[in-house]
Amino acid sequence: MNQETDFTSLAKSSGEWLRGTGPESDIVISSRIRLARNLADFPFIRRCTDEDRDNIERSVRARMEAMEDWKEIRYIDIEELAEVDRQFLVERQLISREIAEADGSRAVAIDPGEQYSVMINEEDHLRIQVMQSGLDLQTAWARIDALDDKLEGSILYAFHEKYGYLTACPTNVGTGLRVSVMLHLPALVITRQIEKVFRSMQRINVTVRGLYGEGSQYSGDFYQVSNQVTLGHSEQSLLALVGDEVVPQIIQYERKARAFLIEQNQQDLHDDVSRAMGILSTAKKISSEETMHYLSKVRMGVNLGLIGDVALATINKLFIHTQPAHLQKLHGRVLGSSDRNVQRATYLQRHLLGGHGQGELN
Amino acid sequence: MKCQYCEKPATFHITELTEPAGPKIMHLCEEHARGFLQKESDSPVASVTNALAKQLQLGQSKKELAELDQKECPVCGISFFEFRNTGRLGCPYDYSFFETDLIPLLTNIHDAIEHVGKRPRRLAASADSQAEMIQLRREMEEAVELENYERASEIRDELKRMERELSRPAADDPASADEDLSSREGENQS
Repeated sequence: MNQETDFTSLAKSSGEWLRGTGPESDIVISSRIRLARNLADFPFIRRCTDEDRDNIERSVRARMEAMEDWKEIRYIDIEELAEVDRQFLVERQLISREIAEADGSRAVAIDPGEQYSVMINEEDHLRIQVMQSGLDLQTAWARIDALDDKLEGSILYAFHEKYGYLTACPTNVGTGLRVSVMLHLPALVITRQIEKVFRSMQRINVTVRGLYGEGSQYSGDFYQVSNQVTLGHSEQSLLALVGDEVVPQIIQYERKARAFLIEQNQQDLHDDVSRAMGILSTAKKISSEETMHYLSKVRMGVNLGLIGDVALATINKLFIHTQPAHLQKLHGRVLGSSDRNVQRATYLQRHLLGGHGQGELN
Repeated sequence: MKCQYCEKPATFHITELTEPAGPKIMHLCEEHARGFLQKESDSPVASVTNALAKQLQLGQSKKELAELDQKECPVCGISFFEFRNTGRLGCPYDYSFFETDLIPLLTNIHDAIEHVGKRPRRLAASADSQAEMIQLRREMEEAVELENYERASEIRDELKRMERELSRPAADDPASADEDLSSREGENQS
């Protein structure tokens, strides 16, 4: 497979999870579930020799390639990738920052719809993840559970009768399950209620992080809510904690905050959203940070009916496609920061004004 | 006034407004105050190392801690000291080898010590056989390095045999396999 060509075509498409559909998709961008698994006959990654890592990668790959229904899989050797391509996969949320920045043999298997990815030799030997558009944890769970069963059919997992699936970090042991729901919460940010909401969340075993997870800045009003504990609760009860208790509550707070803004401040809000749309569709140079900031406002404007004729899927796609590695893949060459700002502005204009109606303001 | 977690003087008096039962006043020494104020840091390493620091401070004397730090897993060679600093274990056998020291940590992190979720359908390898396989693999790598290919191939066969042995389904007859499946489904609905 020619990885270069493949990446360019991947850059033009977008993952299923960006469709902008699914339950609660005005607030919930995506639902993601990941399982941490390790092979029983190898040490955890930190204590692996280079040969161990090679063996794990080769053996897991061979077993996956032999699996039914996995004929279309793209298998990418991360060690061989250029920096921009690793960054591209991080922006796309198909691999973690950790595996992108690690050393030694490591790989990712991706299905063509970008719903599954299986990272090999991340912090654990296997990190399996499934993404869905909107709040749809049950579908995501059904998919990942089936995939895990298939892998388990040919891979002997490290499992302990009492402690469950064994992981390199004791924070993942047991189910190895992390449920993450990505939320767009602009009204809670504007009304300054966000801190209060999250402080109350910390008491009930969930964590909140920025768009790209650990260590990143919260950007564009996106927040990721995940379960904190993995041991002592069944997978279903962890899904219920996040998907049936915590997230619906946050959604309700965000809806109330949006209703409040519309009622109390409609002119200011409309002005704010319109200016954001104006900058995005007329600027000649624009940074990534500014883009996130204004796209967030436009996304809220679309959801509140203040902007017509722009699809939610287009906005969702723009968040990802205007990031540095995506712009470079779409443009077909390496671009410096200043050139990227120009290309980003052009790309935004083309997608907000052209081919999707005039993106007119109501 | 003393710190409410140790014998040092309390120099920080923090009023926590977000407690469900109403405002709560904390009296802490500098060290514990720093820990308390930084508790929002949620990286796994930070949570493991913080939980460990807390647990060790409460339960162990300096001498006991020094001894514990030197304890080394016979399979992967990781010392408790290394684990304490990195928050990462070295191999599956560590959960058995450091079990006594890990239980309070697991309780602290998860508020539980027993897995109640999904289980592999096939027989799980025992901690001992997992350890044996990792050790055999090491021996095989050494044999290859010493160009002792005959020994390496013997070990490979032995590893294959063990994996085949462990690959048996948890239940041999279809009836009990069905039973096993339905009990799993029941569990999932809980």
